[in-house]
Formats: sequence, structure tokens, C-alpha cells
Amino acid sequence: MRTPPSDGARRLGRTTTRRAAEAVVRAIIHVCGWLAIVILAAIAIFLAWNSVRAFGEAGLGTMLSGTAWYPTSDPGKFGMLPLILGSLFVTGVALAVSVPVGVAAAVFISEFSGPGVKDVMKSIIEFMAAVPSVVYGLIGVAVVIPLVKDVFALNSGMTALTGGIVLGVMSLPTVISISEDALHAVPFDLRQGSAALGNTRWQTTFKVTVPAAGSGIFAAVMLGLGRAIGETMAVLMLTGNAAVMPTTVLESVRTMTGTIAAEMGEVVQGGLHYSVLFAVGLVLFAITFTINLAADLVLERQRKRWRR
Amino acid sequence: MNALLLERDGTLAYTAGAVVADDAVDVATREDATAAVRGTFSLSGVSVAYGRDRVIEGVGMEIPARSVTALIGPSGCGKSTLLRCLNRMNDEIGNVHVDGRITLDGADIMGKAMDPVELRMRVGQVFQRPNPFPMSIYDNIAYGPRTQGIRRKSELDLLVEESLRGAALWDEVKKSLKKHAFELSGGQQQRLCIARALATKPEVILMDEPASALDPISTQQIEDTIAELKDSVTIVIVTHNMQQAARISNQTAFMLRESLEEPAHLVEMGDTKKMFTNPDDSRTESYITGRFG
Repeated sequence: MRTPPSDGARRLGRTTTRRAAEAVVRAIIHVCGWLAIVILAAIAIFLAWNSVRAFGEAGLGTMLSGTAWYPTSDPGKFGMLPLILGSLFVTGVALAVSVPVGVAAAVFISEFSGPGVKDVMKSIIEFMAAVPSVVYGLIGVAVVIPLVKDVFALNSGMTALTGGIVLGVMSLPTVISISEDALHAVPFDLRQGSAALGNTRWQTTFKVTVPAAGSGIFAAVMLGLGRAIGETMAVLMLTGNAAVMPTTVLESVRTMTGTIAAEMGEVVQGGLHYSVLFAVGLVLFAITFTINLAADLVLERQRKRWRR
Repeated sequence: MNALLLERDGTLAYTAGAVVADDAVDVATREDATAAVRGTFSLSGVSVAYGRDRVIEGVGMEIPARSVTALIGPSGCGKSTLLRCLNRMNDEIGNVHVDGRITLDGADIMGKAMDPVELRMRVGQVFQRPNPFPMSIYDNIAYGPRTQGIRRKSELDLLVEESLRGAALWDEVKKSLKKHAFELSGGQQQRLCIARALATKPEVILMDEPASALDPISTQQIEDTIAELKDSVTIVIVTHNMQQAARISNQTAFMLRESLEEPAHLVEMGDTKKMFTNPDDSRTESYITGRFG
């Protein structure tokens, strides 16, 4: 008959298993963590690799400064500026819509609504985020296009403004929920301190709470911006897709995303036009990457300031 | 204490220099001056309930102006809650019901006629943990005055200096008023909060364990500041520290919640010296000598 292992031995055995398990888990987590970086790098490299021909034949400087986008003429003209400006116009309008509305909504939810209203609002906002972008596009076609056409007495309602308004609404959930989190995280101590100095709730909100949540609200805006600049389907349906240099938001524009989506199906794989579209993607990638990086740096600086 | 006071020579915007070294437990010299002085609280039958839970019942007390009144008692005896009645900060929590009568210089502060926002400009508060706003030292102090509509730079500058001197912080920060408040140490932050409260020229300052999160040296500085301030404002302080109450207060009120089933009440209130040497109630004596709580 075997003697049962002593307590010490059993504990030792358990420790060994646990160590092994821990090593495995740690390895998996490490791989997953690095995977994100590897994928990001792979995307950048892939985009760059496929753009090589465009850089060689059309030239990066020419593409970035060119104001004419006629990819199918012979020889093709690949000036990206109309597309870049198109994206900027649409995104600018989107921000003008989503930032004031989104931040105000977040302030209401966080500072002025009762617990019941707060819960309902938060779930509705989550639903908003779950609506597919093509559905927003449909609503834009049915409602916003005729509205913009009538209000500004235009020949066509398909403008940068139209796309921007719908994009702004689409990025509201991001802006609202992240701003709301940031406001919620402001310590009660600060609100209390302000109230004790004879400030009304409004004064406290705008002089202390919102500035204190500034970094979080900034992050919310940046993520909203990221969402807007990368959005494709709705802008494709709403902006009219004329690849010309826009001067006002009341003109038809074509965004970088819209261009890639619309033209990729018609190009010869491996051809110059194909490569140029990858270059457009690379520029888009660089822009969003820069935005995120800038946002991160600002957030990090703010975070250091908060740390006591 | 004396060494610290020397440092502050000439910085006594809020006090008549000589009184600083005054014995903290000296009431008589002050009472003759109260007639014209503002900042007197009178409480009668004050009861507080959180929802259904009655936490304080039937507290009556007189808080004289220009003196330090300490509220002592075991944890959960409603000291802080009572303190918060005095500037209606309980309104901010919700689901709190206050009954009874509280007057500030004869005016009912619980009635509809009293705007809590205005009341709080007259009755400032310093909290347990320093809570400077995330802005510069200068802006922290100017915050209250700006709310009151003071915009002139010269006037604000003067208020900032006066308030910082009043809180004994001026010498340490006068060269760095634009610095972010979070760069100050915990004790400096708490004195900043006192200065911030002073800037609205209140008649009363409520302090809820203002030194409990601080190291002994900072605590000493806060206590010195209180000793200076009591010549210009009424101070009501909640403290867990018996020695602190004995050192800095003129009157002491002892509150007690005998069991969770019944609300807390005021056991007794009197001159600090008497409370700590010869209290009327045996429960006060037991608490002060450390037999419970």
C-alpha cells in the first residue's frame, strides 16, 4: 500500500503545476500582445510594398501636391489633394456636429440626469453604435440629402456637408460614451469643493468638472475623429463622389476611403492605378496613425499631471 | 509651534499679531466681542435622516463667532453630517432630510429664503482630503472670488495674497503662483484649500478632519493656521484626534450614537478646558480618556 504523499510534497507538486500553467499562460499573453504590434507593422509594410510602383512612376510629391485625379485618363493623373481635402472637409463637418452635441450630451448624462434617465440614455447610445453604417447612409439619402438641397438651394444635396452631418451623428456614440466615462471619473471631492465655495451645479460643471475631464474628452474627440475619417460606406452614399478640388462644404467631394472602395473593383491588379490606391491607403493610414499618436501623447501628459 | 510662528512674522493679514500666541483654550477674551461680530450659529432640535435611517436627533447648540468649536465623538456618530448641515452640503448628496432649526446670525439657513449657494459663500468648508482643483495655485484661490463676479486683476491679486497669507502658505508659494496645484505637497495642498475657502471672505469655515490625511508637521502647520484664523472667522472642526481638539478649540461638543438602532445625539458641549478636565457626563469622560471609541 502506497503511503499518501506528505503535505509538503503535495504542496510542492501543486506549485510545480501552477508554475507550468503560469508559464504557458504568460507565453500566450505575450504572443497576443506582440501580435497586435506585428499586425500593425505588417499592414504598414504591406501598404508600402504595394505602393512602391506608384511612388516610382507617379512620385509621392506629385501625388500629394497634385490637384487633378483622373486615374483612367491616358496617362493617368493621380493628384491626391482633392481626396485628402474631401476627407478633411467631411471630417471637419463631422467634428463640428459630434463634438458640441456629444460633449453636451455627455455632460447632461453624467452631471444632470437622474439614475433612471442615465441608464436609458446609456443603452440607447449603445444601440446607436450598433446600427450598421449603411443604414445611416440610407437615412442620409432619404432625409439629409433632400434637406441640404432645400435649405441651401443647391442642385444636388450630395455634398461634403451631407456626409459630414451623417458621419457626425455616427461618431456621437463614441464621443458621448468616452466623454461620459471621463466626466464620471472626476472625483466627487472636486465637485464638492466647488459647491462648498458657493458655485451652482452649472458653474461647477463648466469650471471644474469638464476641465478636469479634459484629457478624456480630448481622447473621445480623437477617437470620434478616427471613426469619421476612416468611415467609408456612408460617405460613399452621400457625398456625390466628385474627385475635384472642393472650395466649400456645399460641394460634392470624394474622400480617400470612398475612392479606394469605389475604384478598387475596376483596376487591373498590379497596375499603376492599383498601386496608387494602395498609396492612398498608406496616406490615410499615416494620417490616422499620427492623430492617434498625438492623442496618446496629450493623454499621457495629462495623466502625469493627475498623478499625485 | 513657536518656530513656525516666527516664520510667519508679518504675514498676519487675518489676525492682530499679538493674539497668535494666545492660549487656545481661552474663551472669555472673545465673548465680549461677539455682539458686532458675524458668524454665530444657533442650532435647535436638529435631526438628520438618510432615507429612513435617522442618524442624528435633537441636537441643539450655540456656536459662538470668532472661536474654534470642535465636534468630537466616535466614528459614525454624525459629526460630519452635522457639520454639513451648517452649509447645506447635505443637499448635494440627495436623500438626506434635515429637520429642526439652524440660524446663522439669526437668519434661518434651512428655509426657502436662504439660497444654499449664497450660504456657502459665507460658510466655507475644508474637506478631509485635500481637493485642490486641477489648475494653478493662483486660479485655485481666485476660483471663489471669480464666482462672486470679481474680475479685476489687481483685486484678485490682492485676494490671492491675503488668502495665502491667511493660510500661512504665501511664503512658500509666492514665487510660483502659476504652478499647478498638484505639484504641492499634501500639507501645502490642504493649506491651499484653506486659502481657497478664505478667498470668498467667509464668516465661518467648516473643517472636516482637515489634518487626518497629513503628516505630523503638516498637521502642526494646519493647527497653527487655525489658531491664527479664529480671530477673524468662526471655525467649526470635526476631529478624531482628542489632543487636537484640546489644543486648538475653545468649545467642544461631544456626540454619540449609542447603537445603530438609535440616532446620534449631543451628549454635552462646553468649554474645551472643562470638557477635557471635568466633564459633566461620564460618557464624555470615558470617551476622552480612551475607554471607548
